[in-house]
Amino acid sequence: MGDGRGGESAKVAMAEKLVVKNLNAYFHKNRALHDVSLSFEQDRIAAIIGPSGCGKSTLVRCLNRMHEVVPGATATGEVLLDGNNIYADGVDPVQVRRRIGMVFQKPTPFPTMSIEDNVAAGLTLNGVQISHAERHEVIERSLRQAALWEEVKDRLRRPGGSLSGGQQQRLCVARALAVQPEVLLMDEPCSALDPISTARIEELLLELKSAYTIVIVTHNMQQAARCSDMTAFMYTGDLVEYGETKQIFTNPTRRETEDYITGRFG
Amino acid sequence: MADSIPAVRHERARAPVQVRLFGDRIFNTATFILALSILALLFGLAVALIADSFPAIRAFGLHFFISADWDPVNEQYGALPFIYGTFVSSFIALALAVPLSLGVALCLSEMAPDWLSHRLGFLVDLLAAIPSVVYGLWAVFVMGPWIRDHVEPPLAHWFGWLPLFQGPKVAVGMLSAGIILAIMIIPYISSVCTDVFRVVPHTQREAALALGATKWEMVKTAVIPYGMTGVIGAIILGLGRALGETIAVAMVIGNSAQISASLFKPAATLASVIANEFAEATSDLYVAALIELGLVLLILGIVLNVVARALVLVVQQRRYRETGK
Repeated sequence: MGDGRGGESAKVAMAEKLVVKNLNAYFHKNRALHDVSLSFEQDRIAAIIGPSGCGKSTLVRCLNRMHEVVPGATATGEVLLDGNNIYADGVDPVQVRRRIGMVFQKPTPFPTMSIEDNVAAGLTLNGVQISHAERHEVIERSLRQAALWEEVKDRLRRPGGSLSGGQQQRLCVARALAVQPEVLLMDEPCSALDPISTARIEELLLELKSAYTIVIVTHNMQQAARCSDMTAFMYTGDLVEYGETKQIFTNPTRRETEDYITGRFG
Repeated sequence: MADSIPAVRHERARAPVQVRLFGDRIFNTATFILALSILALLFGLAVALIADSFPAIRAFGLHFFISADWDPVNEQYGALPFIYGTFVSSFIALALAVPLSLGVALCLSEMAPDWLSHRLGFLVDLLAAIPSVVYGLWAVFVMGPWIRDHVEPPLAHWFGWLPLFQGPKVAVGMLSAGIILAIMIIPYISSVCTDVFRVVPHTQREAALALGATKWEMVKTAVIPYGMTGVIGAIILGLGRALGETIAVAMVIGNSAQISASLFKPAATLASVIANEFAEATSDLYVAALIELGLVLLILGIVLNVVARALVLVVQQRRYRETGK
């Protein structure tokens, strides 16, 4: 795998950041994904929509090898990050996850750590040796990127759990950004949040788009329409349709997609 | 009328409100009395211990606690060697058992697959069901000699410059007692810790893994801090068992009322000396002194539990401030 983030020129050349080829995912014998193939482009937001149980979370969890963390869960196929298959033999999932960050459905700050320790948790884990000043810089930058800095700058030593739900979720975004991943995966990041916090996270996505490849799973079609460039519609483990968000929502090619986005089912 | 039937049936099925309230009152009173009886039992125990040990309390006063002189022939009784022995043997037990138990618990909750974890967990729990006299027998005939031949010589060789590991190597002594205690409390500590680690939310583990944590880093970042309160509770539970354990200790500690820096030397604990000497205590003062040792053990147990509660409360309150939960 490459050595950290590519330079500006590499970014342009590698427009397809993450390519999924014939991905199948299983829970024991149950197949949760059927031969899914699609690609996610650099500096764009892709949304994955579909009814509950359609495999959208499974798909996104396959992208940083979190799927296999669940006992009995396996996957076959290829996921290419900058052209390198993360499912190839000898690839360490730990290394993959350091390059592909993830934010979960429920905010998951570490309850015994302070706000700043939460943000720096990834750095500490990765054994990055940095000075106190550098560490503080990373914490401030990450919190600013996550649009949380102004709200917490005076109480960085307070516990991470003392924040509101929306703030906790932005703290988790800051924690994911602190290790400077190349791709950011978000698994229904707003489903536990109120509308105001949801709006903040969506604003945040649009700000982060210029620096990260973002894949967001959402149950909320309006959210996908509002903030994504590309949309994938999944149904019962199949990728039904994938295309420009505008096209998917105005002129879907598949009947199922149209039925879903017009609210006929789901 | 058809629609009055359900109401009638309802009235018939349930006794009048007064009767039901009366039943409630009986239930409340009965459970209250049962709960009080526990308190009364503890109180009665304390009163009996104080009353029966009164001759010794009157004869030696506070000197009982600081005197190292335990000499039944000359009717001199001091509890210090036993208090010392109790603390040191328990400390050895904790020092050995806590890391081992944490390892067992983490293996069962994090590493082992489900089918193995539950079978192994059952075996660990089974260790707690072995009678302590059986542990004692095994310690006397197998473990003690083995420690004398294979543990104490290297300890004396490498760490002999410490007063802890000086003196003749014997099968029965403080070290043997501490080790057998450690083996006996491992099932308690590891069983509680396993349960504590198993209830750490999966989301916490995944959060650490998604940051690029290895398994050990995940345990260090997400699992152990989250379960800290429970781990402390488990350690206190183990300590409580170690302080009060009698028979196995009495069989291997050597029963000598002396305070020695060397762990190889024979010693005695509060519980072991009571078990060993009660049958041969001839004078009233001797019996009273032994009973006073029991009183000390009871007070120690109460103090330990109060401290443990306070400690858990402090950790929980910190957690409460942190998470608002």
